[in-house]
Amino acid sequence: MSESIDLTMTLALLPEILLLVLAGLVLTFDLIWSEDRKRSLGWLTAGGLAVTLVVSMIFARPGEQAIFVWGGMLRYDWLGFTFQMLFLFGAALTALLAMDVKELGSRGEFYILMLVSTIGMSLMVSSADLIMLYLAIETTSIPMYVLAGFFKQDNKSTEAGFKYLLFGAMTSAIMLYGFSLLFGYAGTTDIYNLAFAIQAGAIETIPLMGSLFLVLVGFSFKISAVPFHFWAPDVYEGAPTPIAGFLSTASKAAGFGVLIRFFMAAFPTISTEWSNIIAIVAVATMTLGNFLAITQSNIKRMLAYSSIAHAGYILVGVATATPLGMTSVVFYLIIYLVTNLAAFGIVFTFWRTERSDEIKSYDGFSRRAPGLGLAMMVAFLSLAGMPPFGGFIAKVLVFAAAVNADMVWLAVIGVLNSIIGLYYYLIVLKHVYLYRTDADEKPVPVAVPARIALIILTFGIVLLGVAFAPWFHWSTTAASILF
Amino acid sequence: MQFPIISVIVFIPILAGLLILLIPSDRKTEIRVTALAAAAFALGLSAWLYFSYDLGVGGYQFVEQYTWLKELGISYHVGVDGMNVPLVLLTGVVMFTGVLISWGVDDRPREFFAFLFILATGVFGVFVALDMFMLFFFYEIAVFPMYLLIVIWGWKVSREYAAMKLTLYLFIGSVIALVGALAMYFASNLGTFDMIALEGAGFSAGFQKFWFPFVFMGFAILGGIWPFHNWSPDGHVAAPTAVSMFHAGVLMKLGAFAALRVGIMLLPEGAKFWMPFIILLTIVNVVYGAYIAMVQTDMKYVIGFSSVSHMGLVAMGFATLNREGMIGAGVQMFSHGVMTALFFAVVGMIYDRAHTRQIPELGGFSKKMPFVTIAFIIGGLVSMGMPGFSGFVAEFPIFMGVWKFQPWIAILASISIVITASYIIRIISKVFFGKMPEAYADHIHDVTVLDKVALALLAGILVIVGVYPSIMVPLVESGVDNILRLLGGA
Repeated sequence: MSESIDLTMTLALLPEILLLVLAGLVLTFDLIWSEDRKRSLGWLTAGGLAVTLVVSMIFARPGEQAIFVWGGMLRYDWLGFTFQMLFLFGAALTALLAMDVKELGSRGEFYILMLVSTIGMSLMVSSADLIMLYLAIETTSIPMYVLAGFFKQDNKSTEAGFKYLLFGAMTSAIMLYGFSLLFGYAGTTDIYNLAFAIQAGAIETIPLMGSLFLVLVGFSFKISAVPFHFWAPDVYEGAPTPIAGFLSTASKAAGFGVLIRFFMAAFPTISTEWSNIIAIVAVATMTLGNFLAITQSNIKRMLAYSSIAHAGYILVGVATATPLGMTSVVFYLIIYLVTNLAAFGIVFTFWRTERSDEIKSYDGFSRRAPGLGLAMMVAFLSLAGMPPFGGFIAKVLVFAAAVNADMVWLAVIGVLNSIIGLYYYLIVLKHVYLYRTDADEKPVPVAVPARIALIILTFGIVLLGVAFAPWFHWSTTAASILF
Repeated sequence: MQFPIISVIVFIPILAGLLILLIPSDRKTEIRVTALAAAAFALGLSAWLYFSYDLGVGGYQFVEQYTWLKELGISYHVGVDGMNVPLVLLTGVVMFTGVLISWGVDDRPREFFAFLFILATGVFGVFVALDMFMLFFFYEIAVFPMYLLIVIWGWKVSREYAAMKLTLYLFIGSVIALVGALAMYFASNLGTFDMIALEGAGFSAGFQKFWFPFVFMGFAILGGIWPFHNWSPDGHVAAPTAVSMFHAGVLMKLGAFAALRVGIMLLPEGAKFWMPFIILLTIVNVVYGAYIAMVQTDMKYVIGFSSVSHMGLVAMGFATLNREGMIGAGVQMFSHGVMTALFFAVVGMIYDRAHTRQIPELGGFSKKMPFVTIAFIIGGLVSMGMPGFSGFVAEFPIFMGVWKFQPWIAILASISIVITASYIIRIISKVFFGKMPEAYADHIHDVTVLDKVALALLAGILVIVGVYPSIMVPLVESGVDNILRLLGGA
């Protein structure tokens, strides 16, 4: 392919380029700076990500028309761009939250691995080619395996890293097999050309559905959909909390970005079949996630099951395969990222002082730290789908999409599930607000960077829930690329 | 542009709530004064709104509309008509008196008032909403803080159970109604959540018949309809005084009002089809609720079940779908709200002093608290539907409406009046005029001036509406006319 590198191609990769430069900078300063200054790498990472975000927003906005760049490897469009901005935001806040725990925030590797993983996610959501997609997924996952096991001294963390690795490797191999079958049948690795091949009837239904299943396995792992959700609670529990937060938001969003692009692009003609499959997966995912969340006594495990349940709600939007449904998916992910990062951030801040993740240890939390208690309430109520927080409008939209697509039954199951969700979020709030402990007076200090991050997130949750029009508009733009 | 009075009323409480959260938690007096000032302001504005509604013009007035989300036709659209303006006033009254009564809350008053005011914003928002999305948005804001208010400041024995039960019941109702609302939105093909537009959507009869029960019952759960009423007495009992007042006084109206606004007004054909069935449910409410109230020994449970009974009358009035019944139900919402707020205030005052609410253990309070006794008796007379009090103005038309629908139902339902009289008189005679047990005689004192102001305001309103019904009835009538127009002049 004789193609010269022009400006558009560079702009399409601008976020990734800047991320790579930033990773290089962090690596350099990690070598130069002395141990006690290394905490400032967090400022560098967060600041660098913020700059990347702003610069990309100004210069690298895609046009109305999607363009294939880099020999058809990437598709430069609003869908990918929206998700990339989301990852940058999530990574910046994760860096801020993690800064003030010594064994995490003072280690250069932590930031570098996170940045590399973010590069992988950015490429994932704009891949237009199976090979590119696979490479991007691995670029995302491998640093994550390391990050999940980052606390080497902690058996649970090591277990988390190893478990994540085994599960990830297995599902990724299955997915790769699916990719190879698709290539074998259609003779192309380009996702959009695959679509033509399918429409032309080049693949019989049964082999097609078979390969589709295999691919779905890989994606389901990424978004922790049932029955590939088993890793999530163990990994979230063992991994350092900011990493668990990052995994459950940015990484999951990346999975959804790929899922909707891949299926909407590659399989428009068989959408009824896969709609039904996804709907069933959605029901199983949210119901199982919600029911298991009720019984948890560890808050990180509870949040893990809750994030499985949320994957189920988002899948409701995916299952509709309508423009409104896809909009609601993107919109839901934006809100979910902000909300869940806040939830994990508060859990992490609490852990920093208490070194405990038991829900019981949150007794008297609102007396000890009224501000944090309030932030926690905001985050949890948003997860429960309560106005005026973002979670409400997000849920209304996915269920609206289901009703719109004549899947009222799915909407009904969804809303009933959200009641179960409400139950266990309220249980946590009861510990925070009602119960008392002997340590009522002991404050919970919040480091400055974490404070900044939590303030941004808490206000973000309210902002998304009240002034939702611009975000909805943005999501519509992103989703319209799929049709 | 005119002064956006409705928006000011809606957002004053929540802004005041946020302001209160900024006050350091140990400055309790400042917190209370701020709360009272905000509540007084809201009451003043809602009274002004009530009296400046122009009956000659009719329809929705003081309308404000701003686009919220253009793509889906969601807007912030508010306005008042004869049906909801009394309810706005009611909320103002209950909020103001609730703050007065809660002066003594000493455990984290900052959070208490903040949550109470967030709830108040939700309530105001639902009453004035003309957009279905907005109605749900504020509805859930109104319901949720109840959980925290009950669980943190409630009665220690049952608060955790009652708060969770209440929250889950109400949210199941609201999400079911939400699915119905979404179905309406898409079926109308108008691409708007505006309820005035949806009134003219012309849904097919089959659609209306299918969705009406979901929407109506979803909201009516909050209105305390049988057999989904049993969250309500438990919730009332467990809640702290001001929250019980809000809960029975205002929140239950929220359910009834939303059932009317979204259920009956948007799905009139469905309403006509299902109403005979709904009336049967409400008979159980009215009679059985009163009967259960009679056999309770805990004063708060008595009042709680009496609310179930009286709210049953509201639903029954709506279910008649005729002018008399609806007017009665409209007035009953206001009258019962004020009355029950008064009851719960009194029960709270007695409990604070005697530390029990068991009727057999109480007695002789009239000597120590004459003012409270008078207020309670006024409330009791309202509850029995005595002429000269607002209860009569409300209940008489309801029974007229029911009679028009089916005389035997009216006869059956009127049994409740007798039962009501029996339990009210029992409380009055035992608690206020019986012999005061030795144990209390020393440490029972009269209530504070603030409490008296609150009771005087509540009791005064009940008497004014009773002796001068023209202050409210024509207003409600104009609102009912609008509903009857949608029902095709049934």
